[in-house]
Amino acid sequence: MDNGSIPSSSIDTFIDPRNKTNQPPRIGSVLVLGGGIAGMQSALDLADQGFKVYLVENQSAIGGKMAQLDKTFPTNDCAMCNISPKLVETGRHPNIEIITNATIHQISGEKGNFSVQVWQEPRYIDIEKCVACNDCVEVCPVIVPDIFNEDLAKRTAVYKRYPQAIPNAYAIQKAGVAPCRDACPTGQRAQGYIALIREGRWEDAFRVIKMDNPFPGICGRICNHRCEDACNRAKLDEPINIRALKRFVTDKIYEQPREPIAPLEITHPEKKVAIIGAGPCGLTAAQDIIYQGYPVTVFESLPVAGGMLRVGVPEYRLPTAIVDREVQDIVDLGVDLQLNHRVDDLDSLFEDGYQAVLIAAGAHEGVRPPIPGASLEGVLVSTNFLRDVRLGKMPDLGKKVVVVGAGDVAMDVARTALRLQTEVHVVYRRREQDASAGEEEIRHAREEGIHFHFQTNPAEIISAGNGNLAGMWCEDTEPGVVDKSGRPRPVPVPDSKHFLDCDTVIFAVGQRAGLAFIPDDAGVGITGENTIAINPNTFAATREGVFAAGDSIYGTAYVIEAISSGHTAARSIIRFLQGKHLEPARTPPLPVVELSRHDIEERVSRGEVERKARVPLPEIDPESRRDNFREVVLGYDDARAMEEAARCLACGICSECMSCVFACGTNAIDHDMVASGRTLQVGGVILAPGYQTFQAEKAEEYGFGRYPNVVTSIQFERLLSASGPTMGHIQRPSDGKLPRRIAFLQCIGSRDQEHPYCSSVCCMAATKEALIAKEHHPELDIHIFQMDLRAFSKGYWGYYNRAKDQYGIQYHYCRVSSLSETASGNNLVIKFPTNAEQPSTIGTDVFDMVVLSVGMEIPANLKLLAQQLGLDLTENGFCQCLPDSPLETSLPGVFAAGAFRGPKDIPESVIEASGAAGAAAAFLGEARNTRTTRRIYPEERDTSCQPPRIGVFVCHCGTNIGGYLDVDEVTRYASSLPQVVHAESNLYSCSQDSIKHITQRVLEEDLNRVVVASCSPLTHRPLFQDSIRDAGLNPYLFEMANIRNQCSWVHSDDNLAATRKAKELLRMAVAKVSRHTPQYMIDVPVQKSALVLGGGAAGMTASLTLASQGFPVHLVEKEEQLGGQLTRLFTPLNNHHPQQVLTDLLRKVNDQPLITQHMGSRVIGTSGFKGNFTSQIENSAGEVLSVRHGVTILATGGEEYRGPDYGYGTHPRIITQQDLEKRLTDDTLSKTLPANGSVVMIQCVGPAERYCSRICCTTALKNALALKQAYPALNIRILYKDIRVYGLTEQLYTDVRDLGVLFFRYDEGHKPEVEASSPGASLTSNERELVVKGWDLSLNRPIVFNPDLVVLSMPVIPRGDMKKLANLFKVSLDQDGFFLEAHVKLRPVDFATEGIYMAGLAHYPKLIEESIIQAQAAASRASIVLSKDTLKAGGSVSVVTQNQCTGCLTCVRVCPFEVPVIQKDVPGAGGILGAAYIEPAVCQGCGICVAECPAQAIDLMYYTDSQLKAKVAALLNPADLTLHMI
Amino acid sequence: MPDFRQWSINSVSTEADQIQIIAYCCQHCAYAAADLAGGLRMQYSPSVKIVELPCSGRMDVIALLEALEQGADGILVAG
Repeated sequence: MDNGSIPSSSIDTFIDPRNKTNQPPRIGSVLVLGGGIAGMQSALDLADQGFKVYLVENQSAIGGKMAQLDKTFPTNDCAMCNISPKLVETGRHPNIEIITNATIHQISGEKGNFSVQVWQEPRYIDIEKCVACNDCVEVCPVIVPDIFNEDLAKRTAVYKRYPQAIPNAYAIQKAGVAPCRDACPTGQRAQGYIALIREGRWEDAFRVIKMDNPFPGICGRICNHRCEDACNRAKLDEPINIRALKRFVTDKIYEQPREPIAPLEITHPEKKVAIIGAGPCGLTAAQDIIYQGYPVTVFESLPVAGGMLRVGVPEYRLPTAIVDREVQDIVDLGVDLQLNHRVDDLDSLFEDGYQAVLIAAGAHEGVRPPIPGASLEGVLVSTNFLRDVRLGKMPDLGKKVVVVGAGDVAMDVARTALRLQTEVHVVYRRREQDASAGEEEIRHAREEGIHFHFQTNPAEIISAGNGNLAGMWCEDTEPGVVDKSGRPRPVPVPDSKHFLDCDTVIFAVGQRAGLAFIPDDAGVGITGENTIAINPNTFAATREGVFAAGDSIYGTAYVIEAISSGHTAARSIIRFLQGKHLEPARTPPLPVVELSRHDIEERVSRGEVERKARVPLPEIDPESRRDNFREVVLGYDDARAMEEAARCLACGICSECMSCVFACGTNAIDHDMVASGRTLQVGGVILAPGYQTFQAEKAEEYGFGRYPNVVTSIQFERLLSASGPTMGHIQRPSDGKLPRRIAFLQCIGSRDQEHPYCSSVCCMAATKEALIAKEHHPELDIHIFQMDLRAFSKGYWGYYNRAKDQYGIQYHYCRVSSLSETASGNNLVIKFPTNAEQPSTIGTDVFDMVVLSVGMEIPANLKLLAQQLGLDLTENGFCQCLPDSPLETSLPGVFAAGAFRGPKDIPESVIEASGAAGAAAAFLGEARNTRTTRRIYPEERDTSCQPPRIGVFVCHCGTNIGGYLDVDEVTRYASSLPQVVHAESNLYSCSQDSIKHITQRVLEEDLNRVVVASCSPLTHRPLFQDSIRDAGLNPYLFEMANIRNQCSWVHSDDNLAATRKAKELLRMAVAKVSRHTPQYMIDVPVQKSALVLGGGAAGMTASLTLASQGFPVHLVEKEEQLGGQLTRLFTPLNNHHPQQVLTDLLRKVNDQPLITQHMGSRVIGTSGFKGNFTSQIENSAGEVLSVRHGVTILATGGEEYRGPDYGYGTHPRIITQQDLEKRLTDDTLSKTLPANGSVVMIQCVGPAERYCSRICCTTALKNALALKQAYPALNIRILYKDIRVYGLTEQLYTDVRDLGVLFFRYDEGHKPEVEASSPGASLTSNERELVVKGWDLSLNRPIVFNPDLVVLSMPVIPRGDMKKLANLFKVSLDQDGFFLEAHVKLRPVDFATEGIYMAGLAHYPKLIEESIIQAQAAASRASIVLSKDTLKAGGSVSVVTQNQCTGCLTCVRVCPFEVPVIQKDVPGAGGILGAAYIEPAVCQGCGICVAECPAQAIDLMYYTDSQLKAKVAALLNPADLTLHMI
Repeated sequence: MPDFRQWSINSVSTEADQIQIIAYCCQHCAYAAADLAGGLRMQYSPSVKIVELPCSGRMDVIALLEALEQGADGILVAG
C-alpha cells in the first residue's frame, strides 16, 4: 500500500522520523495517578522498560483497595501475600518515585511532552528519615477511627496505613491547626496538652506547654485566653477551660521538688546581647537567645524580675512564688540578670560590646486623665500603687477609696485597696457591659463588697486641704453614638453632678512605656503614641542592632502577647547575629480547622460527644479573702482536670502534643510541614485512580449506620482478615459474638437508578467472603440474595458451584428491598420469597448479620479532577476512552486503566494497567532510558582468598528491639563468636547515617562478610546489601538475623528468652554467612525482536504495539488472511463496529514495515529462553524459515462452538449468534423471518454449562438490539440462566428490555428443549415448525414458544490445536483447554514460562476491546525484555554439578517453570552423555529441583545445602560452631 | 584458628534444656506471615526459630531428618 495515501493522523502510533523536527522532544517519563494494583502495575511495567515513573497516590501509602482484601477469588489466595511483593518491588524500584498524599491539578502540553502540576499534602513525617520503628505510635494520645479497617477499629493519629505499607513510613493525620492554637499569639498547642492531661501524662503535657511558653504558671492564671474564645466547643455548650488546665498541669509539676537546671553552653561568647527589661517579653527573648548559644544580659531597673507580672498583678491573682520560679528557670540557663540597673544610655551598651539590644521595658507609667485635681496629693495611679503594694510599701489610703476605670487593672487596684481595709468604690463612665475587665473579675470584686458606679464620669477632684482629699465631683452619663472602640460614647447628663466623698482616688485608666532613657539623638525612632517605632515583621527599631518588643511597642497588652513578641524579637536578633536577612521567607499559613455547629451536632448524634458544661473551678469564699492576699481561684484536682480535658473535641485530629517529636529517634517528624506543589515534565500520563465503594448509609432502607450488625462487604473483608480488627474472627459489631446466620445483599449501589451499571465483582466477592466464612466456621448458614450471578470470568463459574455444592451456601434470585431490626438482640429481618415452590408468596426470615455488597463508584473529587483536566466522562463518571484506542482518554497521550474506566476485577485492572503502559511506551519508545538513573557501585573486591572476617551490626530499632531484649548483651555475644572481627549496636541500623556507617566500617575493618541483626530481610535486605556493595563487597556476602519481627516483638513479655533467642538467631546467621560465596550476575544479550502467533485482533494489536517502539515482529498466521474471529463479527457493540476495527488494524499492520507477515504459516519448532528464542516457521509451501526472537506472544485465538446441542445442525432455522450476525448484514434473514415473527435465543449452550463463555450474553443482547432495530415488530425471547453482562454494558441489558425483549430464566433442573415437527412429505426441512419448551421460574409453570428462528448463544471454545501448541512452547493449559496464566490475579498475560505472553481468545473468551487491551498488555510485558540490551542472570539460582547428574529427568519434571533441560551431548555422572542444565537467565530460584534431585547434583546459591545445614547445626550444637564454619 | 569449643559450652549451658523447633518458611508467604505476626505483637514460644527459604519446595527430606538427628524437637515447614 502506498504510504502517501494514508492520512497521517490515522497512523497514530507510528513514529515518522520526518516529523521529528516539528515536535517538541518526547520525554522519557510517565506520571501514573493512583497507587492501587493497576497503578503499581503500570508503574512497574514502564519503569522496567526504561522509563522514569512518578507514581502519585492520594493516600499515605500505595496498595489501594486490594491491600484491604482478605483473600482473592477464585484461588482463595491471601490478597496481601499477593500484593506485598509488588508493593516492595514498586517501593524499591530505582526508576519509580512514589509521591504520596498527592494528587494532580492540571495537565498542559501535548502527547509526548506534558507538564503536570502535582499537589502534595503534608505527611508531617520525613519519609527519608522515618525508619518505621513505631515509637511514635506508642506515645500518641489521639485515638481515631481506622480508615483502613473501615472504622471497625481504632488507631492513633500517627499511623502507618497497614503493616506492610509502602512507603514503609508513618504519617500523621491532621485536619489542620486547632483554633485554640491558631488564636494563641505564641501558638500554644492547647489540644496537645489537653490530650495528654486526659491520659494523665502531666509531665508530657507540661513539656509541650513549655515549648512555646516559658511562663505556664503565670499564663495558667492570668492569661486572657484567646484559645477559649476560639474554642469550637462553645458552639455546643461551653469552651474548654484551657487556662485552668494549663495551670493544673503546671501546679502538678511545681509541687515536685525543683530539679536544678544546668547552664547552657555559650558557643558564641563574642556576640553579646543586652535586654532592657526583665518582664515576660525580655525574659522570653533571653531564653530563646541563650538557647542558641549567645550570652545574654538582662537589665532591670526594679529590685525584682518579672516586670508587670511581679509588680503589676496582685498576689491573690498571681502568687510571687510562681513568678519567681519561672523567672529563675530562665536565669538558671545562664542569663546574666542585673537588678536595680537602670539603663540610661543606649550608646554605652554598644560601647560595652553588646552586638544587639532589645528594648523590652514595658509600660510602667500610669496615665492621669486631664481632669481638675488629678495631680493633687492623695490621687494615685494604678502602676505605682500596685507596685508599691507588691514591693511591700503599703500606702496610707484613708478609709474610703475611689478607683477610676473598669479594666482588669482597675479591678486589681480596687481589690488590692479592699484588702488594705478600705471601702472601695469603682467609678466608670460607660455601662457595665462596656467594661474591659473580665466578667469573672467584676464578679469577684462584687462578691468581696466593692461598690460600682457605672455611667458615672469623674469631673473634678476636690482637696480638703492638709494634703487630704475631700472627694470627687461626678456626673451621670448616658450612652451616645458608637465610637471607634465599638462601644457607645458616654455623654454627660445635664444637671446630674453629685459629690462622692473619699480619702484617695486611684486612676486605673491606662499606662504607657517610659522611654526617657532613649535620648532624641540615639537613632531610635519613637511613634506619636510614645511607643518605639519598629518593623512589625522583625521588631527591628530604626537603629541597626536595636530591637524592641512587648508593651514598649504596643502600649499595654496581655502577657501572652509579651511572650509572643519576645519570641519574635529573639528570632530576629538571632538572624541578625548570624548575619542573615532579618525577614525570613514567608511560610504559608497553616490551615485552621473550623467545625460547624452542624458538624458538632452530628458527632453528638453519633454518640461521640456528650453535652456537658465546664467542670467548675473551686474558689475561696468571699468572706475569707477580704483581709488577705491568698490566691482566690484554686486549681483542678486530677480527676476534675481529666474530666475537663475529656470534653475537648480534638478539632485538629492530631493534637500536636509533640510526644512523637520527642519519641522519634531519627528526628523525622515536622508538625509544621505545609502542602506544596511541583510541576513534573512527563511524556505520558496514566490515570488509575480507582474507585470508592458506595456509601452504604445513603441507602437508608438497609439501615447501615443505624443497625450495628449491618456491615459492608469491605468491612466483612476486614473482619475475615487475620490482620484485621478481630484477627480474622467473624464477630457481630453489636456484641462481638459469632453470627450464625449471615445474609449477603447484592447490588447495593449497583444496577439501580443512580448506578445503571454492574459493579462486576460483587457476586464473586460475596461468594468468596461466604466461602471463606464457611471455612472459618462450617456451621454458618449463609444466604446470598442476588438478581443474577455474574460469574463471567475464568474459573468463576466453577468457584460458584463449589460454594453452592460443597459449602452449602444458599443463593436466592431476589432483590431485597429493605430490612428491619428485631426488637431485641439486634437481629435483622429480611422479606423474600421463602418458599421456592411458591415464588409469589413473600415470607420473612431473621439473620444475625447482614453484609451489603456495596458497588463501585467514582468519587466526586475525581469527577471534578477529570472536569478540571478536560477529560470526557460517561454519565456515571467513568472515564470515556477512544473507540479505536480503548485505553486512551479524550486527551491524547493520557491513558486510563482499572476501575476508572468502568467497574472491574483485579486481573482485568492489571491487564489494562499493562496495556496502558504498552500504549504509552508505544509513542515514547525513542525517549527510553533518557530519564532513568543507574546506581554505580565501586569495583568489587576479590575476597576469595581471605578467611572470613565477619562484621555484626545489631539494631536497637529505637525501643522496638532494645526495649524487649538486651541488645548490648547480644552485641557482646556477637563479638565473641568465631570469625566475628567487629560487632556493634546501632540505634537504627537502617537510618541513612547508619547505612553509610556500615559501608565505612566494612572498609575500615576490612570485613568480608556482614550480618545485620534487626528486622526482616524481606523489607531490609536489599538496603543493607547496597551498603556493603558500596564498600566493594559482593552483595551475597550478607545475611540478616530477624531479631525484631520474629523475636523482640513476639516475645515482648520475656526479656531473657528474647535475648537468648536473639543470640541463637544471630549465631545461626553468622554460621551461614561464613559459608557464603560471592554470586555474580551475568549479562545475556537480548534478541530484540518478537514472534507473534495469531493474526487476529490480539495478534495484530500486539504486533503493532511492539513495532511502533521499533522492535521487529514476525507475525505468523495459519490462514491466508489476517483478522481471525474479527472477520466473523458484524454487529456493533456500543457503536464500535467490528469490521471498522478490522479495517483499521489491517491498514496499520500493512503500513508497518517492522512487521513481517507470515501468512498461511505455522511454527513447527521453538527453542531457547527469554531474550533468546529460535523458532522455525513453515509456510503453506512447506518452506521452513528459522527466526531468532527475544519474546513470544501467543494470540492464537478461539472459535465458536458448533456442537449438536438443541438440535443445531438439524434444522436450518436453528442458528448460532455468529450465523445471525452474518445474516443481519445480508438479506438472507428477511427471506426466512416475517416482520412480526418471533425469535428465541438460548443462552449457556454446550460447554458453557461447564464454564461461562463471558461474551454470549453481551452478544445475544447486541444482536437482539440489532434485530429489534431492523424488525421492530419482532418478538424476541431470551432463555437464560443469568444475564452476565457486566460493567457499563449493563445499560445494553436495560435498553434491550425497554425495547420489549422478554427474558425467561431457567435453571439446571429446567433446561429448555428445542423440537422440530416431523418432516412431513409436504414440508421442506425449513418449513418444519420449531417448538421451544421451557419453564417459567417466576410463575413456576411451563412455557412453550413456536419461534421462527432459534438462535443458540454458542460459547467460545479453545482451538483444536491448543494441546499441540502448549507442548511445543512448553506452556500450560487450564482445565477448559485455554492457556493458563502464570498467576490468575497478578500475572494475567504472562505464562509461567518466562518470555512468553498471551492475549486474546486463546486465554479466555472476551470482547474485541478486551482482546485489544490484553494484546497491548502482552506487548508491554514483552517490551520489558526487548527494551534491554542484555538481561541480568544468575544470583540466587540453581546450579547443576553436571558430573554428578544421572540425567534422571526429575528436575525437568518437577520444575514448575520448565527450566531444566537435558543437554544430550554433555557428559553427566560416570561420563554418560545427557546431563541436566539450568539456564540462569530463566531460573526462578525456588530450589524445588534441589530438594528433589536424587543425586544431590543441584544446589541453590545463597540457600545451599551446606549453608542451611550450618544454620541448623549452629542452633542445635553451638559447641561445634567452628566446625560448621569454613 | 582458635578453638571456641570451651567458650561455647560455658556460655550456652543455660540452653541445655531448651526445646528447639525449627520452622522452615517460604519467604513469599509463611515468612512474611511471621513478620506480620510480629507487627501485630502476637506472642508465641521462643523455642520456634524460623529459617527463611526461597520456597518451601526447597526443603528436602534429608535435611529434615538430619535436623531431627541433631536434636531438633520439632520441625515445621510452612509455605
